[in-house]
Amino acid sequence: MRALILAFLALLLACPVQADTVAQIVAAQSAAIEKPSRQTIGPVISSLAASGDPMAAQVLEAWGDKRLGQRKSDKAFFILAPDSAGYALTDLSGAAAGTAAKAEITELKPNAGVRGLIAAALVQFTLSDPDPVKRAAALNSIAQDPNPESLEPLRAAIETETDPALKAQKLRLERLLTIRFDPTPEARILAIQSFGSDSGIDLRAALSPLVATTRQVAETPSGNIARSLRPGRDISETEAYDLLVAANLAPARLTIEAQKKALAAHIVDGKVGGISLAELSDQKARDLAYTALETSGAVPAAATADEVTAAVAKYQVFETYAEPDPQVTAAALEALGGIDRSVGLMTTADLAMDGVSLAAIYFLAAIGLAITFGVMRVINMAHGEFITMGAYTGFVVQTLVPDKTLSLVLAFPLAFVITFAAGVAMERLVIRHLYKRPLETLLATFGISIALQQVFKNIFGTQARPLTSPDWLGGALVFNDVVSISYIRLAIIALAAIFLMVFLYIMKRTRLGLEVRAVTQNPTMAASMGINPDRINMLTFGLGSGIAGIAGVSIGLYAKVTSELGADYIVQSFMTVVVGGVGNIFGALAGAGMIGGLQKAIEFLNPSNTLAAQTYMILFIILFIQVRPRGIIALKGRAAGD
Amino acid sequence: MSALLEVSGVSVSFDGFRAINNLSFSIGPTELRAIIGPNGAGKTTFMDIVTGKTRPDSGTVTWGEKGISLLKLSEAEIARAGVGRKFQRPTVFEDQTVAENLTLALKSPRGPLAALWFHLTGAGRQRVEELAAKVGLTDHLSRKAGELAHGQKQWLEIAMLLAQEPKLLLVDEPAAGMTLAERELTTAMLVDLAKSHAVVVVEHDMDFVRRLNCRVTVLHEGSVLAEGSLDHVTADPQVIEVYLGRG
Amino acid sequence: MTLPLTETPTPATQAPAPLSSFQKYPGGPGAEPPAGSGAEPRGSAALAPRSFLAKNPSVFWFLLALAVLTAVVTILSPALGMGAMSTSFVKTLGKTLCLCIAALAMDVVWGYTGILSLGHMAFFGLGGYMIGQWLMYARTEEIVVAALASDPIPPTAIEIAQGVTTQIFGVVGSSDLPLVWSFAHSLPLQLMLVVLVPGVLAGIFGWLAFRSRVTGVYLSILTQAMTLALSLYLFQNDSGLRGNNGLSGLQNLPGLAETSQDDLSIWFFWASALGLALAYLLCAWATSGKFGSVLRAIRDDEARVRFLGYPVEGFKLFVFTATAVLCGLAGALYYPQAGIINPAELAPIASIYLAVWVAIGGRGKLYGAVIGAALVSLLSTWFTGGRAPQVPLGFYTIDWVDWWQVLLGLAFVCVTLFAPKGIGGIFDRIAPPDRKGAPLGPDDGALMEKEARE
Repeated sequence: MRALILAFLALLLACPVQADTVAQIVAAQSAAIEKPSRQTIGPVISSLAASGDPMAAQVLEAWGDKRLGQRKSDKAFFILAPDSAGYALTDLSGAAAGTAAKAEITELKPNAGVRGLIAAALVQFTLSDPDPVKRAAALNSIAQDPNPESLEPLRAAIETETDPALKAQKLRLERLLTIRFDPTPEARILAIQSFGSDSGIDLRAALSPLVATTRQVAETPSGNIARSLRPGRDISETEAYDLLVAANLAPARLTIEAQKKALAAHIVDGKVGGISLAELSDQKARDLAYTALETSGAVPAAATADEVTAAVAKYQVFETYAEPDPQVTAAALEALGGIDRSVGLMTTADLAMDGVSLAAIYFLAAIGLAITFGVMRVINMAHGEFITMGAYTGFVVQTLVPDKTLSLVLAFPLAFVITFAAGVAMERLVIRHLYKRPLETLLATFGISIALQQVFKNIFGTQARPLTSPDWLGGALVFNDVVSISYIRLAIIALAAIFLMVFLYIMKRTRLGLEVRAVTQNPTMAASMGINPDRINMLTFGLGSGIAGIAGVSIGLYAKVTSELGADYIVQSFMTVVVGGVGNIFGALAGAGMIGGLQKAIEFLNPSNTLAAQTYMILFIILFIQVRPRGIIALKGRAAGD
Repeated sequence: MSALLEVSGVSVSFDGFRAINNLSFSIGPTELRAIIGPNGAGKTTFMDIVTGKTRPDSGTVTWGEKGISLLKLSEAEIARAGVGRKFQRPTVFEDQTVAENLTLALKSPRGPLAALWFHLTGAGRQRVEELAAKVGLTDHLSRKAGELAHGQKQWLEIAMLLAQEPKLLLVDEPAAGMTLAERELTTAMLVDLAKSHAVVVVEHDMDFVRRLNCRVTVLHEGSVLAEGSLDHVTADPQVIEVYLGRG
Repeated sequence: MTLPLTETPTPATQAPAPLSSFQKYPGGPGAEPPAGSGAEPRGSAALAPRSFLAKNPSVFWFLLALAVLTAVVTILSPALGMGAMSTSFVKTLGKTLCLCIAALAMDVVWGYTGILSLGHMAFFGLGGYMIGQWLMYARTEEIVVAALASDPIPPTAIEIAQGVTTQIFGVVGSSDLPLVWSFAHSLPLQLMLVVLVPGVLAGIFGWLAFRSRVTGVYLSILTQAMTLALSLYLFQNDSGLRGNNGLSGLQNLPGLAETSQDDLSIWFFWASALGLALAYLLCAWATSGKFGSVLRAIRDDEARVRFLGYPVEGFKLFVFTATAVLCGLAGALYYPQAGIINPAELAPIASIYLAVWVAIGGRGKLYGAVIGAALVSLLSTWFTGGRAPQVPLGFYTIDWVDWWQVLLGLAFVCVTLFAPKGIGGIFDRIAPPDRKGAPLGPDDGALMEKEARE
C-alpha cells in the first residue's frame, strides 16, 4: 500500500510544478520531504529552486545543513537555530516563529545523496551571489563535479556576471558542460569545435568520457559502435566466451576446480564414471569420467570446446562508445586527436626540461670526477662519499643556522672547504703514492669509500636527514598544464652553468689553469719549466673534491641525505665521464646531457619501471662504447695515447 | 722478382698533421734496406702502418705473392703472416725468464687453446737454446729478463724476433746502446739474415748504415725523398739540405 | 708463481760481458753454439721438462693444507664427529671455500691477465640463481604433491605445475611460470645453465668490450656497469626471478627431506673442498705453462704480445669467460649452503669485495687469493656477527658491528700502499723465490716502452 502511494506521489511530482512560494511547495510535498530519497526528491528540489521565492536558497541551505525541522504537533516546517532551551524557529516565509524544545521537533536528516542534490540546486544561487569569492567557489565546485543540473543555472548566471575573469570562466565552463550534457547534438558539436586548438586538462576530461568504449556481445550489434572485434584475431576465443558468460548468453565453462569437485563427489568403489582413481591424474581421463557422469545424469552438462566455438560464432563482439551519437563522438575524436598532438609536443618539451635538469645534476656530480679522472688519470671511487660529505655539511649547517637562506649561503662555501681539505688529505696520504698504478688507486680509494660510508652511518645514523630548501626555492615555474619545472631544478641548472663558467675561467685564464694543463700534457716538461707537479696535483684533486662537496649540497636539496647518497650517483658519474670523453670539460657536459636526456626518455617510454630504465640505460652505454670507445668528445691522434 | 711488401700512396694524418704523405715503398723477399731520415720524418709511423698499429687514411699495403692487403688484418694477424718487429727501446717481458720470453716468441700456433696444451718439445727446446746461444744469453736462460743489462735486453729482443721466424723483419735502431763490437756483430747478423729474409732497418747512425752496405731510402716529412746506394743519396743535394746538412 | 728450483748463478758471478761471449763464436748467425757440445750450460736447466708439482710447489702444500682442514672439520662436525663445531659454522666454512674458488678465478683474470673485473661476483650469483631455480622448484613440487595427495582425485601434471607456480610466484603476484623457469624441473638442464648462463653472458660482454679495445680503468668501470645493470634487472619483479625476494629455502635438498642439516652441511663442505682442490689444480695448471706466460705478458704489455702474433682479445675473452664459468660453478655450490639468494648478492659492491680479498691475499699468486678470501670473509663474519669483543675507550665504546667496515676499508688502503703483494708476499719472505735483484710486482713487470704505446 505504502509503495503504491509513493509511486503515485512520484508520478504526481514528475509533472511540471507550478511556481509557488517555498512554503506552499513544502506544504504540498511534505510527505516526500519527510522521507526523502535520491530517486524521488529531485523534482521537489527543482521546484523549490525554480520557485523564484527569495527564501528558496535559505530553505535549501538549511535543509542541506540538517537545520530544517518539523514540529511534531502540527507537522509545520521551520528553519532551526539551536539556542539554550532548544531551537529558535523561523518559518518558511522568513518570519521568526518563536522557540521550541528539542523534544517538540523532528529534525530532518537527508542522506548524502539527497544533500548532493540540494547542493547542486543551491549552485544557481551562489553563481549569482554578490560576493565574487563565493561565485568563484561555486564555479570550482561545478568544474570539479560536473552534472547536468548545473548547466541551466550556469547559463542563466552568465548574463549578469560583471567580473570579466569570472565571466570568461563561466563561459568556458558552460561550453564544457554543453559538450557533456546538452540535449541537442548540434550544440555539443559546436561546443567541441569552439575550443579549437585548446588542450586543457578540463577539456580532455570532458571529451574522454564521451569516447570511452565498452565491450559488448549481441547477435546484432547496436549502439554507437567504435569497432567490431573478430574472435581469434582481435580477441581470444576464451575472452569472447567469457563475455558471453558475463552477459548471461551462455553457460559457464567447466573449470578444472569444478570438474575435480564434481568427480570427487561421485566416487564409487574407488572409481568415477567407471575410471579408476589412479588414472585420474590425467586431464583426458578426467574428461572421459565427467562425460560418463554427464550421460548418467549425475552432473549437469558443461560447455564443451565445440559448444564454446559455436556460441562464440553465433554472437558478435564489438565495442561501443559511451556517447550514443556518432556525430558527437566523431567530433570528440577529432578534437582529442588534435589535443594529443599538441600535448605530445608539450610533453616532449617538458621531458626535455626534465632531461636538462637531470643532466645538470649529473654534470655537477661528474665534473669533479672529470677533473680528477680526466686531468690526473686517477680514479676516485670515494668521489661519491665526497658528495655525501657535502650534503651532510649542508645538514649540519642547517641544524645550527635556522634561517634557510642564510644556512644555504653558508653551506656552499663550507662544503667546498671541507671536501677540498678531505681531497687534499687523501691525495697527500694515499693517491700521491699510487700515480703509476691507476688500478690500485681505484682499489685504495674504494677502501676509503667504504670506510667513509660506514663512518657517516655511525655518525648520522641510517635514516634520511632532511635538507630543506628555502621557501623561495619551493614551488614550480608553470607554463601550462603539461609543461612545468620546479625552481629547485632551475637553480641546479643555473649552478651547473655557473660551475662550467668558473671552471673554464680557471683553466683558460688563470696561472693555475695554465699549470694544470701543462702538467696534464707533459708532467716532465712542466717540472723542468719550474712548475711543481706535486702542488698542481694536490690542488687539482682538492678542486675536484671541493666541487663534489658543492654538488652534494645541491643534490641534498631535493634528494634524501643518507650515507648512500653519493654511492647512488657514482656509477652515473663514471658513465658521464666515460661517455663524454676523458680530459675535457665539454666531454663531461656532453656525457651528462646524453645520460640525463636518455634516462628521462627511457623513463618516459616505460614509466612504470625506473629499474628497467636504468638497466636499459647501462646496456645502451655499453653498446655506445663500442661505437665511440673514447667518448663523445675524444682527443684524437697521438695525444690520445693507447 | 715480385715484392714481398708493397706500400703505395699511403697517407695518414694526426689532427691535421700529415705524418705520412703519399708514401710508396717496396721490398723484395730477400733484401736488406735501410731507412734514414730526420726526426719526425715518419719512420716509426711507417712501421706502425705496416704492422697494423696505425690505419692509414688512404693508400694500399699489400703482402706476399698473393697480394693480401695488410690493412684488413689485425696486428696479431699481420705478425702471424710473417712481419716481425723490433722496437727502438727493448721491449721484453721483464717479469718472465729469458727462456719464457723466447718460448713465447717461438713460432707455434698462437690460439688460446693451443697455448693451453702447449708443451715444449725437444726440437723447440733445442731451438730456444740455439737462439740463446746465438745472442750469448745461454747462461741467463732462467733469469728474469728485467734483470738483464740494457744491451742484453736488446739481444734478447733480437733473439725473440728470430724465434718468430718472420719473412720480413722491421728493425728500429738496433745498434742503439751497443758497444762497437756488438754493432759489428749485429751488422753481420743482419746482412746474413737478408740472404733469406727481407730486412728493413731504421737507423740514425750513418756509420752503421754504411757498414750494412745496402740500398737506402731517405724519408722526409712523410714521403720518400731519395732512394739508392748510400753514396748516391748522400750526394743528393736535397738530402744534404734536409738531413745531412744539419749534421 | 715462484720460479724453478734450479741452481742459478749468484749476482756476483752473473752477466759475463756480452762482448767476450760473442768473441768466442764470431761466426754470426747460423754458427754452432759451443754450448751444444761439452758441458750442459746451467741456464738450459730452465728448459728441462719437469713434473707439474715441481713447477708448482705451492700445489702440494695447498692440497695438503686443504686435506688437513677437511679432516679436522669432519672430525669436529656435528654430523660425524664430536660436534664441537656448530652446523652453521660448518656451513660458513663451506661457503668460505666456495668464495675461495671465486677468488682463484678473480686472481687468474686480474692477477695474471690484468683485467680488473668488477663483475665476477655477478657470475657467481648467476650460478647460484641457476641452481636455486631447480632447488626451489623441485622442493616446492614435493610440497605441492604432498599437499595435493590428500585430495581423493590424484592431481594432474598441470595442476602440480600450477600449484608450484602459485607457491613460488605468489609473492610477486604472478600466476604464470616465467620463461626463464622453463628448465627448472630438470637438474641436468639447470646444471648446464649454471655453466652456460655466466659463460654466455661473459662471452657476449667480453666480446663487445675487448673487441673495442677497452682496457684498464675503463674496462673496470664497464664491468661495474654491467654488474649494476644485471642486479637492477633482477630487482624487478618481471625479471621472472622473484624480484627482490630472490630465491629462498635452498638449503633443503629435494628428495632429502629426512636428512638433517648436520649431514647436508658436511656433505656440502666436502663438495666445496673438492671443488676448491680441483679449481686450484686447474688454475695452477693453466697459469704455469705457456698459457700463463702469455697471460702475464698480456698483463704487462699487451701491445707487444700482439706484435708476437698472439690474438690478445681471444686470450682475454677466453680467460674472462672461463673464469666467469668457474665463478658460476662456485656460486652453485655456495647458495645451497647459504639457503637464500637475492639480487643484492649481485650488486657491484660484492665484486669489489672480491677484488679486495684478492688484493689483500696477494695478486698473481693463487694461494694468495685463497688466503685473502678465506681470511677476510671469515673475519668479516666474525666481526659483523657481533662476536668480536667491544673495545671500551672510556668516552666511546667501539662496537665492531659498526666499525668493522671502517677497519676493513683502512686496512685495504694500507695493504695497497704498503704491501702491494698482499699476505701472499709474506710467504715469499719465508721461502724467497728463486730470483735475483729486486722483486717485481705485477705493475713493474714491463718497462713502459714509450714507443710501443704511442
